[in-house]
Amino acid sequence: MIRVHDLTKSYGAATAVDAISFEVAKGEIFAFLGPNGAGKTTTIKMLTTLLKPSSGLVELDGLDPVAQQNEVRKRFGIVFQDSSTDDELTAYENMDFHGVLYKVPKKIRSIRIESLLKLFELWERRDDPVKRFSGGMRRRLEIARGFLHTPKILFLDEPTLGLDPQTRNQLWKHVQKLNREERVTVFLTTHYMEEAERVAHRIAIIDHGRIVAQGQPAELKTLTGTDSLEKAFLALTGASIRDEESGPSVHMRNMAKMFGRR
Amino acid sequence: MNAIYILWLRQMKRYIRSRTRIVASLAQPLLFLFALGFGFGPVFEKAGHGNYIQFIAPGVIGMTVLFNSMFSGIELIWDRQFGFLKETLVAPVSRISIMIGRTLGGATTALVQGLIVMSVCFIAGFRIQSISLLPMAILFMALMATTFTALGTGIASLLHDFQGFQLVMNLLVMPAFFLSGGLFPLADAPKALQMIASVDPLSYGVDGLRAVLIGVAHFGVATDLLVLSAFTTVFLSIGGYLFSKIQL
Repeated sequence: MIRVHDLTKSYGAATAVDAISFEVAKGEIFAFLGPNGAGKTTTIKMLTTLLKPSSGLVELDGLDPVAQQNEVRKRFGIVFQDSSTDDELTAYENMDFHGVLYKVPKKIRSIRIESLLKLFELWERRDDPVKRFSGGMRRRLEIARGFLHTPKILFLDEPTLGLDPQTRNQLWKHVQKLNREERVTVFLTTHYMEEAERVAHRIAIIDHGRIVAQGQPAELKTLTGTDSLEKAFLALTGASIRDEESGPSVHMRNMAKMFGRR
Repeated sequence: MNAIYILWLRQMKRYIRSRTRIVASLAQPLLFLFALGFGFGPVFEKAGHGNYIQFIAPGVIGMTVLFNSMFSGIELIWDRQFGFLKETLVAPVSRISIMIGRTLGGATTALVQGLIVMSVCFIAGFRIQSISLLPMAILFMALMATTFTALGTGIASLLHDFQGFQLVMNLLVMPAFFLSGGLFPLADAPKALQMIASVDPLSYGVDGLRAVLIGVAHFGVATDLLVLSAFTTVFLSIGGYLFSKIQL
C-alpha cells in the first residue's frame, strides 16, 4: 500500500530525511518511531503530498504523490500532530465540511458521520461547537473525521499526545476496529512505546533521518537483546535528549494560548 | 463547486456566530460617522461644501468594507496557526477553489457589515438620491470587498505571525482609508495627496459610492467602475498566486 525507496529530503546542506526505504502492506498497522527531529513529520509530509521529496521514490496505492496529487489525496486520511478542526463549528459541521471537500455523496455522508460519531462517542455532543470540547474529544473527532471518506490509508501523527491512558486506550481500540473492519492501512507515529508495541504489526525506527531498524516489535527486542520496545528504542537511538528548534509558529501558538483565540 | 460553497458557508456560519466581532467592527465606523460627521459638519458647511454627513457616509461605508474584508483575508493567519488550513489544503480540492471559496466568504461578510453601516447612516440622516441606484452601490461595495479580501489573503499567505498582522493594519489599512478621499474632498487637496489617492483602490470605491448615492464624483462613475474592476482582477490573481504557493 505504501512503498518508499531511497527517499531523501534536504534543505540546503542539511538532510532531514536521508535515503530511507520501507514498505507497508495493505491492512497493516505500521508504527514510525523516532526521537524529536528525527525526520518523522518530514516523511509524513512527503507521503501526504504536502512536501516534494528531493529524491527517491514514493508510492501510495501505486500512485505518485507528486504527479498524481489529487488521486493520492482521495486515498488517505490524516490526523495531524496539532489540532486541525474549526473551533467555531460544531462537531457535525466539521465532519460535514470534510465530507463535502472529499466529495462523499450526501446520503452516505450522513450515514457515515452518524456511525463514526457514535463509535467515537461524540454523537450526543454533535451539535456543540468544538471550542467546548476537551483535548481528548477533539482528538476523537479528528480521528473519526480521518475515516469519513473511507480512506485506504490513515496517517496518525502522534494522535495520543497529551491524552490520559483511558482515552488513549479507547482511541486505539477504535482504530484497531476500523483497521480490521474496513481494512484501512494505518501509518502512525507516537512517543508512547508501549502503544506502538501493543498496536503496531510492524515498526520502523528513524534517527537522524535514517532508518536504524525495522521489523515486528518482537524482532526489534530480539535484535537489541531487550525485554521492552522502550529499551530497544533507547538502545537503537541512544539516550541523549534532542531539542527541536522553535520556529515562529511555536511562538505564535504560545501567544495564542496566552490571549485565547480572538 | 461544492467545495467553494462549503468554504463560503463556513465563513458565513463563523460570521453569524461571532456577535462580539460584529459589534466591535461596527464601533469604529460609527465613531467616525458621529464624531467627524457631526463635529466637522458645521465647518464643512460654512466652507460651502454642503452637508458633511452626506459626504462622509460613503467614506464610512467604504471604510467598513475595507476593514472587514482585509481582516477576513488576514484571518488566514489564524487558520494556518490553529491548523484548520491544513485540513483544507490536504483535501483533494484545487488551491484555486479554496482561494475562491475563502474570498467569496470573506467578501460577503464585509458586504453585509457595509450594509449594516449604511442602514445606520440612514438613521443618522444620510439621504440617497435614488433607490434605483442602490444595486450599483452594492456592486461597488462587492468589488471593494473582493479586492481587499484577496489582498488580505495574499498578504496573509506570506505572513506567519501576529506582528506582521499589526504591521499590515498600521502601514496599509489605515493609510488606505485616510488617503482615499473618504473623509475630505480630493478636488481641493494638495497635488501630492491626490496622486497617492489615485493609486488607492478605496478612492475609486468611495468615489463610485458617492457618484451613485449622492451624485457627486471626483473621478466619474465610469472611471471608478473600470479602475476598481481592474484592481479586483489584479488582486485576485496575485492573491490566488500567493495562496497557491503556501507551504505547510
